[in-house]
Order: sequence, then structure tokens, then C-alpha cells
Amino acid sequence: MLNRKEILETIDMVEKEHFDVRTITMGISLLPCIRDDAKLTAKLCYDRICKKAENIVKVANELGAEYGIPIINKRVSITPASLLTSSFCGKETVLAKALDDAAKNIGIDFLGGYSALVHKGMTSYERSFIESIPEALATTDRLCSSVNVGSSKAGINMDAVKLMGEIVKQTAEITKDRDGFGCAKLVVFCNAVEDNPFMAGAFHGIGEGETVINVGVSGPGVVNHALKNMKGASIDDIAETIKKTAFKITRAGQLIAKEASKRLNAEFGIVDLSLAPTPVMGDSVAHILEEIGLEQVGAHGTTAALAMLNDAVKKGGVMASSNVGGLSGAFIPVSEDIGMINAAKSGAISLNKLEAMTCVCSVGIDMVALPGDTPASTISGIIADEAAIGMINNKTTAVRVIPVPNKGVGDFVEFGGLLGSAPIMGVSPYGCVDMINRGGRMPAPIHSNKN
Amino acid sequence: MKAIVTVIGKDKPGIIAKVSTALAENQVNIEDISQTLMQENFTMLMLCDLSSSKLPLEKLQAQLVEMGKEIGVSIHVQHEDIFNAMHKI
Repeated sequence: MLNRKEILETIDMVEKEHFDVRTITMGISLLPCIRDDAKLTAKLCYDRICKKAENIVKVANELGAEYGIPIINKRVSITPASLLTSSFCGKETVLAKALDDAAKNIGIDFLGGYSALVHKGMTSYERSFIESIPEALATTDRLCSSVNVGSSKAGINMDAVKLMGEIVKQTAEITKDRDGFGCAKLVVFCNAVEDNPFMAGAFHGIGEGETVINVGVSGPGVVNHALKNMKGASIDDIAETIKKTAFKITRAGQLIAKEASKRLNAEFGIVDLSLAPTPVMGDSVAHILEEIGLEQVGAHGTTAALAMLNDAVKKGGVMASSNVGGLSGAFIPVSEDIGMINAAKSGAISLNKLEAMTCVCSVGIDMVALPGDTPASTISGIIADEAAIGMINNKTTAVRVIPVPNKGVGDFVEFGGLLGSAPIMGVSPYGCVDMINRGGRMPAPIHSNKN
Repeated sequence: MKAIVTVIGKDKPGIIAKVSTALAENQVNIEDISQTLMQENFTMLMLCDLSSSKLPLEKLQAQLVEMGKEIGVSIHVQHEDIFNAMHKI
């Protein structure tokens, strides 16, 4: 029989520490649906998604009940949509609507992959696709979009960086009645991964199989709780405890991912062992950092604590799963983490500190609300900075910022649900417009030449 | 399928009787059982075989959770694999 302590530990993790499987995401290749007609392509995509993922919600709920671990989100990611729309430029939103309808029909929370990969160059059909993003996000509810503008191998496409600054602004403007909410569903990446199960950046890469199950586990509360009993312990003991906790969390994810792929007749892809916070008390990554000994997240020492946390999570998780992928690390979205929201309110954390933190964790400037009058070129500058961090450090970085129309520093914005709320953060008053207007491609770094 | 049934709550007479009767009525066999008192808290763990259960897992869970509320304890029914996965290398 199992050990009593272990059984009670698992039950406490779920009941008191908000342990859950954050998402089961089914990646579906839509390449067989490409036709030269917008309506026909949209219909074929709709049918294929509804058929492949028809049972995802049912199976996820069954698994949640069977194992006693809640599965919060059920999602679908698709082939980057810019590949599907190349022969009907100007009519991309027909597909966007069909994808949103499919998501609603099968009852999933989000569908990701209204995406384009333009890290080296941008074709005319990709430009047309990217220009459709604001309208696509404004006219749909569950569709998520992402654009990859750089990679360690190819460098940074500065034309795409410029364009994305403008697209973010347009998306905010077209959804201004909801405080620029559309931008919460749009991520700009460097080194985007093909098997990420988390939104808004999930898409099903073209190197992937036909139908794949990727699972994202979570559990900041569990890690936080494990550290509560470690007052005065040395930092290597803290790292060790985080590692062991990450192992247990990931094992649960691995079990559920394997079983889900069997029941959904799909390949098992990866487990993404990220610590993903929610705005609920007790589910915060910032609070882990504070438990390690920061007065408030954003204090000096934050980057070091986050570096250790991110690394320890990976080390624990890698042994627990046969295939680790996605982003795998600690997420620091401002509006989705109660500790980060409080730090932003009190001024303990700034955009500059967040940028430093993104050098050592798994994502980037995530869910940060900016003043509505932030110029597009400044947003491009933020994107370029993050892309440079990702390119040079061989890691994924991302920017998901919301320039909230008609609001400024000190105002507060509510997105609701998992997306939370955030005070608006100030950006540098100094511009970078001449640099952004140069366009072109930033060459890949020397260490990309490994062949 | 083998499941772990956990019963946690304030101790009082008749908890084991009620839970085991409900399981027996559903043709669920108890293969191993252990219970203890930690301070005032009663905790009982049972390894059960659900393969001939009359009710599907979700209905059995609902019935036990409801009964648990009546007698003031919290009851979980979970596949044993989750514990093996999380705590065994």
C-alpha cells in the first residue's frame, strides 16, 4: 500500500495549494485543408478541428475526475495560419471566424495558431496575413495569435519588428471598448517553440506530427508551500526542494498527458513544466520569489532568485518526463500574478526590471499594460530588445503588451478571468523611431554558426 | 481499476461503517485499509478494486462526496496511478 504521507501530500497539493494541470492542448496539422478559396479552406479547417478534437473536453474532464487533479484549460493549436491563407490574401479573416466557431463548437477555452513565422524574411502573403491580425482578434473570442520575428539562427527581422509595433497598436485601438483586450491574445516571439501548449503563443509547428497532445502543468502554490517550512535554509537546499517539487508536479502531468493522448487517439508530444501563475491568492510565482527572501518582487536580488527557480524547475521536470518541451520554466506575466500586480502597484517592479528578469526565465515581457499613447515605434523597441535577449541567449522570449487606449500611468485595467488586472506601467519617454525605421535584418550572432 | 479512497475529517462513531457499507453496496472490494487519528482528525486510506463497481467512477465519487458532507468528512476517490507517478521513481 502507498505511503500515507504521500497520499495526503497529493491531496493537500490540490485542495490547499492550487495544484492543477493548467492545460491539455491538442496540436492539429491543418496542412491538408489548404485550398485556393477562402471559404472552402475555412470549412475544411473547421471540419478537421471539430473531428479531431471533438472529445478533448470530455476526456479532460474524465481524467480530471479519475486522478483527482483538476484540468483547467482545454485548448487546440493549429498549423501557423499564414501558411493556410497564402492563396487568398485579403480574406484571411474568413478563416479566423471559422477557427473561432470551431473552438466554440467543441467547447475549448482558446485556439492558438493564428500565427506567422517571419524571423528571416516576410513574403507578401505573410505581410497581408499579419495585417489581418487586429481585425481577426477584434471579431473573434477564443482565437490567439503569435508572430515570430527572430531566431538565434536567422537573426531578427527588423521589418517585422516595425510592423508588429504597429499591429499591437492597431489591435489595442480596434478593441478600445474593452481596454485593448485584443492585445492579450497576441504574442510577438523570438525563438518561438513549435510545441508550446500555453496561450496566447501556442501553434502547431510544421515539424510536428498530425495530431499531438501537449500538456502544461502548473503549481506555483505547491512550490511556495514547500518553501514555507524552510526558513533560514541555504539557497542550495531551496533549489533542491524546488527540484523535488517540480519532479512530482511534472510526473502528474506526464501521466495525464500519456493517458490523454491514448484516449484522444493522438501522439504524446511533450510536457511543458512551467510554473504558470493565476491571479488567485496562493498561485503566484512572485510569492515564491518573496518566500525565498525578497521584501517584494522587483527588489535587487530578484533576477538571481528567478534564475535559480527557473533552473531548479527544469532540472526536476526533465527527469520526470520522457519528453519535456514547450517553454518549461517560470512565467512572470504581470496581470496574471497577484504578487506581480501588487509589486507593480507599489512601484517595486518596473519595465526595466522585468526586462532583466526575462534574461533568466522562460518567457518575456508578458501581460504588461502600457500607456495608450505609447508610440508604435517604442513598442517595436520593446520587441527588439526582447528579441535580442532571446537571440543572443538561445532562448525563447516574447512580448505581450497592451497599450491601453485613453489610459495612462497610474490607471488600472481589468481583463478578467485568468488574464487578471494590472496597473499601467510607464515606458521610457525617449524614442527609438529612427532605429526602428531603418528596417532590414539584424544578423544572427556569431555563436549561431555551429555547423 | 484500483483507486485510493481517502476519508479525512473530525472523528465520530460510524465513519468506517458508513463508508464501507456504501462501497459494499456498489460491489467495490476493499483490498487494504489503514486509519489513524492525528490530533482530532480522523484519516482513513483504502485501496479499493473498482473493476466490478455498479457505478461508474464519477457517480461513485459524487455519491461518496455527498455522504461525506452528511457525516462531516471529506472523501476523495482517485486512481492509484497518480500517487505512484508522483511519489515513486
